[in-house]
Amino acid sequence: MRLGISVALLGLALSGSLGAEELGVYSARNEALIKPLLDRFTAETGIEVRLVTGKADALLKRLQSEGKHSPADIFLTTDAGRLHRAKEAGVLQPVTSSTLEAQIPASYRDPAGYWFGLSLRARPILYAKDRVDPTTLSSYEALADPKWKGKICVRSSENIYNQSMVASLLSANGTEGTATWARGFVGNFAQPPRGGDRDQVKAAAAGRCDIAIANTYYLAAMLDSDDRTEREAAEAVSVFWPNQDGRGAHVNVSGAGVTRWTDNRDGAVRLLEFLAGEEAQRWYAEVNHEYPVRPAVPASEVLQRFGEFKPDALSLTRLGELNAESVRVMDRAGWK
Amino acid sequence: MHQLELNQVSVGYRGQPVVEAISLALEEGDIGCLLGPSGCGKTTLLRAIAGFEPVSRGEIRLGGRVVSTPSNSQPPEQRRVGMVFQDFALFPHLNVADNVAFGLRQWGRREQQARVDELLCLVELEGAGSKYPHQLSGGQQQRVALARAMAPRPEILLLDEPFSSLDVELREQLAREIRELLKRDRVTAILVTHDQLEAFAMADVIGVVQGGRLRQWDSGYRLYHEPADRFVADFIGQGRMLPGVVREPGAIDTELGTIAGVFPAHCRPGRRVHLLLRPDDLVHDDGAPLRLEVIGKAFRGAEYLYTLGLPSGTELLCTVQSHHDHRIGERIGVRLDVAHVAVFPAQE
Amino acid sequence: MDSAGSAVAPVRELSEGQRRRGLPLRLPWSPWVVGVVSVALLLALPVLVIAGFVLQPPGEAWSHLAETVLEDYVVNSLVLMIGVTVGTLALGVTAAWLTTTFDFPGRRHFEWALLLPMAIPAYIIAYTYTGMLDFAGPVQSALRGWFGWGYGDYWFPEIRSRGGAVAMLTLVLYPYVYLLTRAAFLGQSASMLEASRTLGNSGWHTFFRVQLPLARPAIVAGVSLALMETLADYGTVQYFGVSTFTTGIFRTWYGLDDSAAAAQLAAMLLGFVLVLLTLERGARRRARFHHTTHRQAPPPRQPLSRGAGLGAFGFCLLILTLGFLLPGGQLLIWAVQTAGDAIDTDFLRLFLNSLSLAGITSALALGLALFLAYGHRLKPSRVVGAAVRVAGLGYAVPGAVIAVGVLIPFAWFDHALDGWMARHLGISTGLLLSGTLAALIFAYLTRFLPVALQTVEAGLGKIRPSMDDAARSLGLAPHKVPWRVHIPILRGSLLTAVLLVFVDVLKELPATLVLRPFDFNTLALRAFELASDERLAESSTAALAIVLAGIIPVVLLSRSISRSHNHADASA
Repeated sequence: MRLGISVALLGLALSGSLGAEELGVYSARNEALIKPLLDRFTAETGIEVRLVTGKADALLKRLQSEGKHSPADIFLTTDAGRLHRAKEAGVLQPVTSSTLEAQIPASYRDPAGYWFGLSLRARPILYAKDRVDPTTLSSYEALADPKWKGKICVRSSENIYNQSMVASLLSANGTEGTATWARGFVGNFAQPPRGGDRDQVKAAAAGRCDIAIANTYYLAAMLDSDDRTEREAAEAVSVFWPNQDGRGAHVNVSGAGVTRWTDNRDGAVRLLEFLAGEEAQRWYAEVNHEYPVRPAVPASEVLQRFGEFKPDALSLTRLGELNAESVRVMDRAGWK
Repeated sequence: MHQLELNQVSVGYRGQPVVEAISLALEEGDIGCLLGPSGCGKTTLLRAIAGFEPVSRGEIRLGGRVVSTPSNSQPPEQRRVGMVFQDFALFPHLNVADNVAFGLRQWGRREQQARVDELLCLVELEGAGSKYPHQLSGGQQQRVALARAMAPRPEILLLDEPFSSLDVELREQLAREIRELLKRDRVTAILVTHDQLEAFAMADVIGVVQGGRLRQWDSGYRLYHEPADRFVADFIGQGRMLPGVVREPGAIDTELGTIAGVFPAHCRPGRRVHLLLRPDDLVHDDGAPLRLEVIGKAFRGAEYLYTLGLPSGTELLCTVQSHHDHRIGERIGVRLDVAHVAVFPAQE
Repeated sequence: MDSAGSAVAPVRELSEGQRRRGLPLRLPWSPWVVGVVSVALLLALPVLVIAGFVLQPPGEAWSHLAETVLEDYVVNSLVLMIGVTVGTLALGVTAAWLTTTFDFPGRRHFEWALLLPMAIPAYIIAYTYTGMLDFAGPVQSALRGWFGWGYGDYWFPEIRSRGGAVAMLTLVLYPYVYLLTRAAFLGQSASMLEASRTLGNSGWHTFFRVQLPLARPAIVAGVSLALMETLADYGTVQYFGVSTFTTGIFRTWYGLDDSAAAAQLAAMLLGFVLVLLTLERGARRRARFHHTTHRQAPPPRQPLSRGAGLGAFGFCLLILTLGFLLPGGQLLIWAVQTAGDAIDTDFLRLFLNSLSLAGITSALALGLALFLAYGHRLKPSRVVGAAVRVAGLGYAVPGAVIAVGVLIPFAWFDHALDGWMARHLGISTGLLLSGTLAALIFAYLTRFLPVALQTVEAGLGKIRPSMDDAARSLGLAPHKVPWRVHIPILRGSLLTAVLLVFVDVLKELPATLVLRPFDFNTLALRAFELASDERLAESSTAALAIVLAGIIPVVLLSRSISRSHNHADASA
């Protein structure tokens, strides 16, 4: 038995490279949120897709060190900053596809075709329905106002969603303005940052704070949950879309690019087109409550309840460029 | 008041009696010894005195205090006993001085120092205080163990086979030295051993233990010459049994002739008995009419130990000065020189 | 091996050290030395690669770190280390003392059950406790329900805090201290403890004055294992929002995109480890003197009075409940709620993947640990000692850092080989090692070999040189001595080494995440992916499977320990 397994493992170990009929995907999306789509793709095209999931940065490092022999054809992440970093690191290549260019709005893809956004993730302000009057809310910037002292819950600055959000503020208000804002914002925290986005929602529902910052798909998943306490917590808060009079609410994308050393560029582009296709877009919307990147595909029913909003039109490449700066700003502000 | 007193003490181990109904007493300043073959229960009894084994019956008194009954057992640390272990059990993480001072926790710093110095001097290890146990020889380790056990001035010192891990040549000498040392300090002590020479060298009173029972509690001399039963007779010293028949109270007929003396009450006329003859009860005398065949001999330096055969096949032992060198098969003259003889009923 | 030569070697003058070890003189660079040094350096390669980054000029990120967060990292890491030291000492040593010295209700079951928390990954226990104790969790909700409290009306300890991280790590790491201390207590001679009693020390005083000092090397070894795990922990501190060196390394590397500064942080972390290892070695060197008394029967257990027995029972039950029953129960409840979705056809494959990775790695780790420890024993030179120590550095380095340290040299090797083959033979070998299980297992070995090495070395230390001499004098060839004498004696240590590595690999996450081949998944990955997506309930089935897979070796381990103990009982 043990011997059998060892032999099987050895076989796997020696089969590191892929044939032409296969595509290799390095994905920062969890297996559960990508595998079903890849399986559909294989069923449709006959192209086998092999997958490694992991943290975007680590996968990027792996791609870099593997270099020209890397078995990966597609690099897929859950934020634009990492895609930008991959492009900068020289592990992606530009592709042109009229399908992709037609379907994905220009602000959600790299101008040169290094990467393409596949789903949208918004990070609005959530407020406790019973304690906050939404007319007192306006923008991310206004959350630095001392009137919110001890009332804001947000996760750690280590999280990429916060890093991107602060990067968007940096782009709008500059380093000085953002640093001042961050000090005020951190001063309003109800508790030291900890836990994930769902935990911030739960804390707001429980009364620990009045305002929480969280991505919409977490809230939607909670509303959709089998767990009664999750549903109740989610129902205690409402979505407020900030900065609607100005640049719009902060959004980010999950997206993918074709690696520089792919030996199956056509197949890789086909996979990207499939992921931007109607079926995949619906799947993103329904299964993970992300906003489809194609305006024509409707959002899930739960998301529609959050209302229409104006997204920040900032080029997502900027988010990547400003990422390190945003970490420094948060460090200096004492955002744990 | 006895320093140590055991009344009908039984100790069981997992339901199995290991020591049964043992009574003995030891006076202050005396050195006692529990002597017996391995597995006889002597160590268990010592551990019961120390408080490591609960008694299942009887009681143990130490310095007049009751320390063990079946219902109540004072823990070892409150008994004020000192114990020297077979493997010495020195604490390897402490140096010699700290080992000796280990039991002096309650003493003042200066008193501790003085006592440690005094004991190291007593065991002739002055200046070794800062050494660690692994740097000492076996004999030195043993003396440290002794000093450590004596340091808190225990009511009684218990020594569990203290010489067994030392060289044979050292044992008797050390036993005598330690006896002297204990006597000088008037320490009451009890020793457990399976070696009778050690017992004779050290103890004032010796108890022979066998099968969990105390066969005899007596001086070495009386154990040797007046053993209470056949086991003691066999176990202590050397000797052979000579069969005989009681003719009348005070006279027993044997193959070597009639032996007269004061015999125990069981020696009623007509009874078949065995007499214990020690090697020194037969004296070699070339002029003696009784001549026995030499069937074995062992050279002992100053003397030979001859094994002599009687016509019936009974064997006797005889020590003879070593210039009397006789060959095996030769017949030599001997005569009985019995001051006192132990008599036991013949086994059926 | 050169044993055949030595059998007919002419008589030579032997140095004291060699006479002690009963070995003939050999050249300083024998095959043994070369072998040990090369294996050790190979295993240390990832750590050395990371350390190499230190040589890069410090970027401006470094001064940014020093100004802002470095102090936090140092303080938090130190507080975690101190807290885990105190916690694992209190739980591990007390539990070991109770179960070896006394007899009380349930003692026989606690003996092995107290090891169970080892099977739970620290981040999973953190998730379950957060689920239970969070403001919105059942405990606080129930309190609010009963007393009609609202937010702010009452005080409740915050689980996601530095203190919470100490508690979580303590609960899953105390078994290391328990395991090693227990073995030390069982190995103490009964007469030593009895001597202390007759010298007027109660059981309590004897514990502090004799048992504890004698067990100190084992305790230090156990605590240092726990501390290295603490330093390497990422999942728990990250989830609890406690910034430590580990989270700092990630943040600097990925957030600030400055690998040099990250490596410099990692080097500081290695500094901590070196201090730990030095302390540990020091403790073990002293331990060599701790064997003047031959091992006698282990002390018989003392029965406890009713009250004290109940207290001991309560203490053991409490830590078992906190460390295993509660989190395990929570996982079970979640798993039952979601098992329908979680157990798919893949699940069995995940299970087998996890088990076989753990099996292969632990077997290799054992072999290598034996090789290194033997080399060190046979050739106790400074070079060998240093090499073995360097091979032991990986344990405290976070898995993801090790993974990068593996990626870089393996890819370099692959490219170099490919280039050479292409130039000389005109064929391309591509990536031979990168992205294979070989790379992954290599990373595991770098990370976990130190656990095996430490256990095997401690075991070898107990074999007195005279035993080798005795075996040789009875006609055993030198190369047969290990098989006929050492391995049988070491059986317990070897088993401990294998099982510790096995459980560690089962739980391993970050290196697996980075290095695994295509379509290769494990239980830990499945649990983590779902948990990191904040789907705790869905992740529980995989988490529970890790715990179950981990329990098997833990039970085996504890059974073998009690068997060797019974064996000692019988031979006494």
